This record gives sequence, C-alpha cells and structure tokens, in this order.
Amino acid sequence: MTSQVSSPAEQADGTVVGEQRKAAGAKDVRRLDRVIIRFAGDSGDGMQLTGDRFTSETASFGNDLSTLPNFPAEIRAPAGTLPGVSSFQLHFADHDILTPGDAPNVLVAMNPAALKANVGDLPRGAEIIVNTDEFTKRAMQKVGYAASPLEDGSLDGYSLHPVPLTTLTVEALKDFDLSRKEAERSKNMFALGLLSWMYHRPTEGTEKFLKTKFAKKPDIAAANIAAFRAGWNFGETTEDFAVSYEVAPAATAFPIGTYRNISGNLALSYGLVAASRQADLPLFLGSYPITPASDILHELSKHKNFGVRTFQAEDEIAGIGAALGAAFGGSLAVTTTSGPGVALKSETIGLAVSLELPLLVIDIQRGGPSTGLPTKTEQADLLQAMYGRNGEAPVPVVAPRTPADCFDAALEAARIALTYRTPVMLLSDGYLANGSEPWRIPEVDELPDLRVQFTQGPNHTLEDGTEVFWPYKRDPQTLARPWAIPGTPGLEHRIGGIEKQDGSGNISYDPANHDFMVRTRQAKIDGIDVPELEVDDPHGARTLVLGWGSTYGPITAAVRRLRTAGESIAQAHLRHLNPFPANLGTVLARYDKVVIPEMNLGQLATLIRAKYLVDAHSYNQVNGMPFKAEQLATALKEAIDG
Amino acid sequence: MAETSTEGTGTIEALSLVPKAEARQSMKDFKSDQEVRWCPGCGDYAILAAVQGFMPELGLAKENIVFVSGIGCSSRFPYYMNTYGMHSIHGRAPAIATGLAASRRDLSVWVVTGDGDALSIGGNHLIHALRRNVNLKILLFNNRIYGLTKGQYSPTSEVGKITKSTPMGSLDAPFNPVSLALGAEASFVARTVDSDRKHLTDVLRQAAAHPGTALIEIYQNCNIFNDGAFEALKDRQQAEEAVIRLEHGQPIRFGGGGTARSSEAESGGLSKGVVRDPVTGDLKVVAVTPDNEAQVLVHDAHAASPTTAFALSRLADPDTLHHTPIGVLRSVDRPVYDTQMSDQLDAAIEQNGKGDLGALLAGGDTWTVVG
Repeated sequence: MTSQVSSPAEQADGTVVGEQRKAAGAKDVRRLDRVIIRFAGDSGDGMQLTGDRFTSETASFGNDLSTLPNFPAEIRAPAGTLPGVSSFQLHFADHDILTPGDAPNVLVAMNPAALKANVGDLPRGAEIIVNTDEFTKRAMQKVGYAASPLEDGSLDGYSLHPVPLTTLTVEALKDFDLSRKEAERSKNMFALGLLSWMYHRPTEGTEKFLKTKFAKKPDIAAANIAAFRAGWNFGETTEDFAVSYEVAPAATAFPIGTYRNISGNLALSYGLVAASRQADLPLFLGSYPITPASDILHELSKHKNFGVRTFQAEDEIAGIGAALGAAFGGSLAVTTTSGPGVALKSETIGLAVSLELPLLVIDIQRGGPSTGLPTKTEQADLLQAMYGRNGEAPVPVVAPRTPADCFDAALEAARIALTYRTPVMLLSDGYLANGSEPWRIPEVDELPDLRVQFTQGPNHTLEDGTEVFWPYKRDPQTLARPWAIPGTPGLEHRIGGIEKQDGSGNISYDPANHDFMVRTRQAKIDGIDVPELEVDDPHGARTLVLGWGSTYGPITAAVRRLRTAGESIAQAHLRHLNPFPANLGTVLARYDKVVIPEMNLGQLATLIRAKYLVDAHSYNQVNGMPFKAEQLATALKEAIDG
Repeated sequence: MAETSTEGTGTIEALSLVPKAEARQSMKDFKSDQEVRWCPGCGDYAILAAVQGFMPELGLAKENIVFVSGIGCSSRFPYYMNTYGMHSIHGRAPAIATGLAASRRDLSVWVVTGDGDALSIGGNHLIHALRRNVNLKILLFNNRIYGLTKGQYSPTSEVGKITKSTPMGSLDAPFNPVSLALGAEASFVARTVDSDRKHLTDVLRQAAAHPGTALIEIYQNCNIFNDGAFEALKDRQQAEEAVIRLEHGQPIRFGGGGTARSSEAESGGLSKGVVRDPVTGDLKVVAVTPDNEAQVLVHDAHAASPTTAFALSRLADPDTLHHTPIGVLRSVDRPVYDTQMSDQLDAAIEQNGKGDLGALLAGGDTWTVVG
C-alpha cells in the first residue's frame, strides 16, 4: 500500500485540506487527509448501527480511525426530543490520528432534534445532510424551532444538503412487501449508502453484514440492502452532491501487520481470554449487568469453547463473590462492573486482599456519583479504586490508554494478580469501552507467559520435624503466598477475613502480628515490578503533562498541536497507578511545571501531590465527554506561559 | 427414627465426580488442630461432632471437601474441619461457594451459615443459590438470635422479642426458613435439631446424596443469649405435642409418645395426625380416630409440587413451636446448575471446536499493512 499523506499531524484548525481532481465525465473527486463525520438521530433511528457499519467499511479500507458513540441512558427516549438524540462520531484519516476529533466536518441529522443538538459543534463551512421529511412544523416546535432552520437563513454558513431520506427510502422499497413503517426503518441504511458513496467506502462488508444479521428474515435483509444501494445511487446521480471525497489508506502510519477495528470492551474481553490461555487456567467471570460494562459479559459468554464460564449473578456482590470462590478453586477469576458496582464489591475486594488470591476487578468508569451518567465517560473512580475499602487494603491499579490497549492492559492486570496473588483493579471507562480504533492483531506466540505453579506439597518444617503446609509462608521475592487449591492432598487449610498469623495462617489477634501483616501486605503491593515511566520530551521542555487512562488520545493530540506550533512540552502517561513506576518521582523533579488533565476533579493530582510533594496543576473536565484536543492545547499553552 | 434412605457406601450420584478416599476414614481425620472457641454448652459443638462423625461415611477424599462460611458464631465452623475451608464475609458464603462449585465439580462444597447470615444480610444470595440449584449443601444454624454481636433479635426471632436492640419488643414478623426455601424453588429442604444426633446425621446423609442445593435448617441452642429457645422440641413431654417427624412414604402422625414409625393408633401410641381440610385444601392437625385414620396424609418428599411441603412448613406455631415438622420436607430432582454450565461448555466445543485464540483475535474484517 502507499499513502497519500498531505500532513502528518492532526490539523489544529479542524479544516479539511486536499487537492481536487476530476475524472472525465464524472463528478469531482476531492482528496482529503482526514474527515470527521457525525451521524445523529433519535435513539431508535439506528445511528449506532450506522456508525458501526461506516466504521467497519473505513477500517477495512485501511484508514486510521477513532470513534465516539454518544447515546442517552434511555433505551427509547421520547421521540424527537433533544435528550433522545443519539449520535456516533467517526474520525478517519490517511495518517495516524489519536482522537474522534473535536468538530465534525459532516453532520447527518435525521430530525430537527438531531440538528439542534449538534449544530453548535460544527465549524462554519461544514456539510449538513438533513432528512427533510422529519422537519414538520410539529417536530420543529418540539425542539423550539419557531421557523424552519432549513429556510430561515440560520444555516447559511454551512453547506446544507436537504434530502427527503424517508420518502426516498420508502420509494426505493415500494416493490417489497413491507408496511410504510417497516420501510421507513431502513432510512439509516439509505443514509449510510449516501455517505459511503461520498467517501468512496467499500460496500461488500455492509451487504454481507446485513445478510448475516437478518439471515432469518431474508426480506428485511434484501430491503435494507436495497435502501443502502439506493442511497449510494442517489449520491451518484443527484446534482445536489457534486463532489465525492477520497481519504487514502493510512499505510505509513502503521507498522507492518494485520489489523482490525476493535472497541475497548471487545479488546478487554479478548485480553481476558488470552490471559486465561497464557496462564493455562480456566476463565471464570462473575458479573451483574451494568452500563457500560455489560458488553464484556456478553462477549465472554460467547466463548464457552475456550472453557470460559460466565456467571450472571443476582447482584454485584455475588458477582465478585462467585469470582473469588472460583479463584480459590484455581480459576483465573474476573468480575466486571462500573463505579456503583465497585462500591458494592468493596467488602469482597477487602476479603480478597486478606485472602491474597488473584482476582481481576474491571471497572468501566462512567459519570458519577450514584447512578450519575450511565452512558457517559468519566475517570472519577481512581481514589475509590485506591482507597475505597475498610482498613489498610492496598490494591494494584492498572489503566488502559486507548480502546485497543485494553487488550494489553487485561494481560498486564492478570500478570500482576497471578504473580502477586492479589486483587487488581483495571480502570477503563465509557469512552474506551465503546470507542474503537485499528488494532494490530498480535501473534499468539508474542503474548506473555502467565503460567503459575500451584503448591503441591508441604512448604514448612515444624520444630519437631513435621512437614506441614503454611498458607501464609511467602515467596521471599514477591511476598506472594502459596496458591494451594482444593483437591491437593495434604494441603488442607482454612483461609478467611480474620487476621492471620504470619506463616501458619491461623487466626491471630496478636497486635505485633497485625502490624506486621498490614505492613507486609502493603510492601507486597509496593514491590510489584512495573515498567519505568517513559517520557516523550524531544526538546528538553520545562513543562510536563502527565495523564492516565483514556485521556491519552486527546493529550497526545494536544501535545502534537503545541509542538507543531513551536512549543516545547514533555508528555508522560501512566499505565500503573498503584504502585507508581519507580522513576516517577525523578521524572517529576525534572520539570518546573507538571500539568495533570483528568476527567475528574483532580484525583491523580491528589495522589501525586501527596506522594511526591510536587505542586502539580490540575486541569479538569467532568461533562461526560472526552477532552477535545484543541481545548487541551489551549490549557497546556497557558500552563507553559503561565 | 427413620431408616437411612441412602446407603453410606457405594457411589452417590451427586458426588460421582468427587474422588474417593484411599483409606478408611475416622471422625478424627476431620478434626483440625485448632482449638474450638464456641461458648461452653453451645449447640454448635453437637453439630460439629455430628458433621465430623458423618463425613467418614461419605468416604470422599478430604482434600476434595470444602466448607465455606459467612460471619457469625456458626461461621467459625470451617476452622475446625480438617478440609479446605473459607471463612468469608457476612452473608456472602452462598455466592462464593457457587463460584467454587460451578468451576470445580470434583469438590463437595458445604456452606455453614446462621439465621442472621443467611436470612438477613445474605438473604438474596440464599434464595438465588436455591433457585439455581447449585451443588451446595447449606447448613443453616438457626438459634433465633444474634450471638456474635451479643444478643440482638434476628430475622427468625419471634415477634415481641425483648433484646438489647428491642427493649420494648421486636416488631418484625419472623421468617420461617423452610417456607422461604420452598418459595425460592429449593429442590431439597430439611429441618433438624442440634441435640438429636441421629436425626441430624440422617438428614445430612440425605442432603449429601441430593444433586443440587440442599438447605438444612438446624435448630441450634444459644445458651448465652437465647437459652432454651427450642426446649419445646427437646423436652420429652413437650415434644409429643410439638414435633412432627416426617418420613417419606409414612403417614404424618405424632403425639402421645413414641416415634412415627408406623400406624399404631390402635395401640394408643400416636394420637394426632395431619389431614387435608376438604374445604380449604389446607392442612390441619386432628385427633386420629378409626373413622378418620384413612385420611391422614402420607408424606411425599418427592412430590412434584411444593404446595403440600409448604403447607406442612406452615403448621408450626412460631411462638410455641407446636406442630414443628422435622425431617426432609422436600427432595426432588431438578437440573443442577453446575452440571448444566459444564454441559454448555462441552456443547460449545462440540459445535465450534475447541477455542483457537489466534483465530478469535483475527476474526472479523481485517486488513494488512505490508509496508
């Protein structure tokens, strides 16, 4: 493959650049280096499906991409209302990109509510495709349009394409034996066909997808494919769409390999299956459905042929309880949840700290407190993960930085849990969970070896010479205790949440022993071997921007903008939040200023300030959405200058 | 006393995947080296002795036996059993044991819990374990009081109970654990008494043989905070009126001394019986006469419907304990969760082949960058 990269960096101004060419006798074809499209409609309009399909087409074409689904918590919010708008944003490019993009170049608005809710995000000159059929007086009044925005001049600064999507779809399907209502449902596929034409997307994948999805209803499959093709042909023939666009594959942005598009929750699920195989332990998931974590339960439930057991529990507590029971029995045990679920699981996490059994606690963070914003993203569970238990109950914390990175983060969390016999918190979030990006598919033999040795025989000799098993006699290097599973003869032992005597594991209320055990559990976590923090600092900057988790994309995009503009700034991103990398203190001390952007009110900043006595500056946003690169760039510029 | 319904030797279907002990075992093999720390005189001692005494009869490799408990006096139980064990957190033992049993079918998993642990803080886990029918044997020590926290009323305490937290009497109506379990779709429900070792052992034997979740309510005396709570069932004189001994296939008769081994009304041994009220369909206690003797209900623990078992459970007066049925109220075959979970794994392999990680990761739409 070759690429047509016109600019290696994300453009700071959000405009599209490119050249124009014209094939003989055909419409204009313009070449772009990147595009941001947002599909928006009612929550029942199928916008997420439309976005997913456009993403798949784009991935198979070989662009780099990043997506941002954004939908209400209600399954079918009241039709035609602002709170009911569901959208899907896709950024794709012929080069390496990091975020779903700040401002869409193209908005597809399926109704007045979708237009009103999204038009404010568009830069002047952006293209707007509206479904004019839905712009009835009543529908416009519902969202506060006194006059039609399509006619009152308020959209003059944009390139408006009024298309009667519903009428055209129904017309295209008139030969099918469908009611009008049924035919109307395919209007998202008409829109997808039109956009696929506009951006020269391959179509085979979508047609194949529709055939599979509606395998049991071939009529519906055929109707959707007909609507999809009609949309394509409409673009090809109508004069309103004079130009189509090419965005070349991003060949040089990627290392050699085979790629697929993957969302964070899918990558995390695969990471868990991979960890189970690499550890040669059966995977057990105990879980209770909760947004935005449920997709991991759904996905793992499909892989029973890998020996994966999924247990949908009666509540969050039973989910982790069953997982802990399976861990005692020698499974690679996992529980998946979001912040409210972590709150309920806290006591059992504490028990796992006391039992010193491996357990993965996966928190797909969402807006809080309480029920908060179930479908929106936030990273405000860090302090809960660190400290949200009674007593001194340290737990390692690991965070992925991009959707695809969830795969590696799952393997890393499993490595720590298995090596150190401890519960591990993995903090993903709603943005990573539902967002997607290309992923270089790893070779199975590249994956880390996670095999563990169950204890098979006595590990201690009493004074009288008797050989016994001591469940709390630790490995001197890792401080991990032995993992002896039921079914192993001669190692019968009892564990529990009451304080245990060092070594023997018998109940102990001895004050000195408790002090020793508390310090030892802490020392075990503090001593976990984690890689050093890497710093990206090509110019010897004086300001460091430090992040963790899903802010990696926006922070990196902002740093690129600043460097393109001639600024000097260093960047580092934490995967390990507990323990921190050993060199973190040294890194922080090298900079005059440390800025920590977070989608919370400064939780990492609190930890950093407390541990390293560094005057770290917090930059915060808690609006349920990821940072925008431009906004971050501005904030970082102020920090550099300030 | 009843004949044993299951032979102790030979293979019990519910435990067919659990390895057998190589050598003959004794009660001593099941005693751990830990000092037992219940209050002197506690009913827990008798239950511990009964369980330790019964275990050798199962003949299972003791490394394949696990006791899981929650929090409370009874939940110290695992520390005293020389098997694998976990003393967990309040109310959660059924959930933890579910994960263990579902992932390890080669284990015999026992849950030890109390009335507060199982019915108050852990009520949710108990009912869901019962409906799922996981291969667990749950021993519910019911002393109708909170002992470990020094004497507050429990969810099985009688209304009006004067305790530290209810100086003017408790207000809440108690749970009947047997009724609750039957309502939760339990496939095996029994009740026994700490001091009747023979009966307790027989119930343990039947529970061990049962595939799926077995709930055994054990009336247990707390001699410190609720002494004599079950005296009506233990005192020989009072027990005649109070205890209804259930045996599958036998007429439900009691009263007038002796055991309900057979129909001995003519000899004056068993004066009372349980009959169905033809008007309401409910059960009632009657004095048995030659005229009504034929109407005395024959206990059917294997009845498909739990209705009659439920009606039996309701005969007991929560205050006086009169007409308290003991024995196995219900024992029916129902699909076992862990067996079915395992079957699904096998079926998935049969349908799709054993999982291939490389193929999984590479699935879906892919593209290749060749440089």
